[in-house]
Amino acid sequence: MKKIIRIGAGAAWWGDRVEPAQLNAEKGQLDYLCFETMAEATVSAAQVRARRDPSFEGYDTYLDDRMKAVLPACMKQGTKIISNQGWINPDAAAQRIVHWLQHFGYKGVKVASVNGSLITDKVLSMTDKILENGLPTSSLSPNLISAEVYLGAEPIALALKEGAQIVVTGRVADPSIFMAPMMHEFGWDPLDAKRLGQGMGIGHLLECGAQVTGGYFSDPGFKDVPEPWNFGFPIAEVESDGSATLSKVAGTGGAINLQTVKEQMLYEVHDPANYLTPDVVVDFTTARLEQVGPDRVRVSEIGGKLRPPTLKVSIGCTEGFIGEDMFFYAGPGALRRAELAKKILTERFRIVGLEAEEIRIDFLGLNAIHGAATPANAPEPYEIAVRVAARTKTREQAIKVGREVDGMAVSGIGHTGKRVPHADRTREVIGVWSSLVPREKVPATVRYFES
Amino acid sequence: MKVQLQHIAHARSGDKSDTSNIAVFAFEPEFYPLLKQQLTAEKFKAFYAGAIRGEVIRYEVDNIEAMNFVCHGALGGGVSRSLCLDNYGKALSAAVLGFEIDVPDALLPKLHGQALMKKSIKS
Repeated sequence: MKKIIRIGAGAAWWGDRVEPAQLNAEKGQLDYLCFETMAEATVSAAQVRARRDPSFEGYDTYLDDRMKAVLPACMKQGTKIISNQGWINPDAAAQRIVHWLQHFGYKGVKVASVNGSLITDKVLSMTDKILENGLPTSSLSPNLISAEVYLGAEPIALALKEGAQIVVTGRVADPSIFMAPMMHEFGWDPLDAKRLGQGMGIGHLLECGAQVTGGYFSDPGFKDVPEPWNFGFPIAEVESDGSATLSKVAGTGGAINLQTVKEQMLYEVHDPANYLTPDVVVDFTTARLEQVGPDRVRVSEIGGKLRPPTLKVSIGCTEGFIGEDMFFYAGPGALRRAELAKKILTERFRIVGLEAEEIRIDFLGLNAIHGAATPANAPEPYEIAVRVAARTKTREQAIKVGREVDGMAVSGIGHTGKRVPHADRTREVIGVWSSLVPREKVPATVRYFES
Repeated sequence: MKVQLQHIAHARSGDKSDTSNIAVFAFEPEFYPLLKQQLTAEKFKAFYAGAIRGEVIRYEVDNIEAMNFVCHGALGGGVSRSLCLDNYGKALSAAVLGFEIDVPDALLPKLHGQALMKKSIKS
């Protein structure tokens, strides 16, 4: 019989819902459940937090919630778990997972941690230029917080081969988390660009979870999907050449159709013929999509080219602060009052000597989202939030934004609605830069733990 | 007849650093040549006026009847530096739904969202 492996998504980002992961674990009949929980700045933000908060463990803050929800069903059914919830401390995450395994009474389960992506200490000697601006990476040294390499699927596949039932990693390219089990199960060679390309393409379709099952999609009257409050996360039924049929647990909301799959295929892709990953260069321009049943789309013929000799490095740096706040107008003339408020704030920032790299005063309800691209003939809204933000070098400067918005309460203009601030209205900016490093310079290491 | 793009295509945006990719997908194969012909990289950039500061590169993806517009300098210097409330540019793809496309009369019955036609056509 033809071998098919079932790979399900458990998370598409740190804040993602937990119930669909549990549902996939319980009803998806999965061989693998995969979690993607990191954003571009996750590692840098975690480093900053670890410095200030010694009790922060350095892994996904929802690790407990996610593992408690899925471990019982996964252990009962023999579903393996692959997850990048290790963030800056995969060993601690693995140990925490061991704790939950013991809590549920599962003994002798092998948990692997994948390390090696963090290269903060070595990055300046290993890398040459910043990709975004061509300057030497050494120019980032005064503000450097962290640097991490995007590892590929190989160390995960190795851990699976060594018998790990759960693999937890730090930074790994998102689609590699989903492709690693295909490599392992079908015995693909790391240089087999054809199969890896197809498999990685499927990984890309899974990595954003509900974005392929009707999430970030519906638009009333144009693109309606059933029960958009009850999405299922995707499941790929993968064949030995990497071709796969996308599906979801019966009874969940959302939809899998040609439109949802196409939208996700190009999500965060630049050149669709050359989607760079650590494992393979994916070519989506040959892909073939077929609706083979209700909420079932088969994806085949995605192309692949040999992986690049370098790996991407993400470098996080402190870059100052953002101060922000907002206040409100409504009723006839909301816009004219908002415009006067903007003028007052502009003058006030001059009077108090706000030193900012950029200041933005938007009218939420009119132009805060599309900015300069807002059509000139956009209708005047009934309600407007005046939203103010400035990027500054120091926190002292950023604080001025909120303090001047405070002044709008009793020293502003008629009919101004305003909240009393309850939270800090400043935040630190962590800028993210990219570079390249030869792959042989960054070997991954795998450690094993057992419950 | 001129109609808003939302009647012939759907769109999704994604972020990478200071670059937003806005992909546009034809609802029907017959609409794809219209998009290719009328929604050029130049027109796309002009439509987004000051919101996209850098170069716009258009990739044609014929096998899925889509075009991918890679827009440099569209995310306020990068997601973490941006002062925009929508710093990931997740809603940026919605603007192009208002781009006007000339559709031959023969294709009008195939337009999507017919019930919402009157509201969206500019007088």
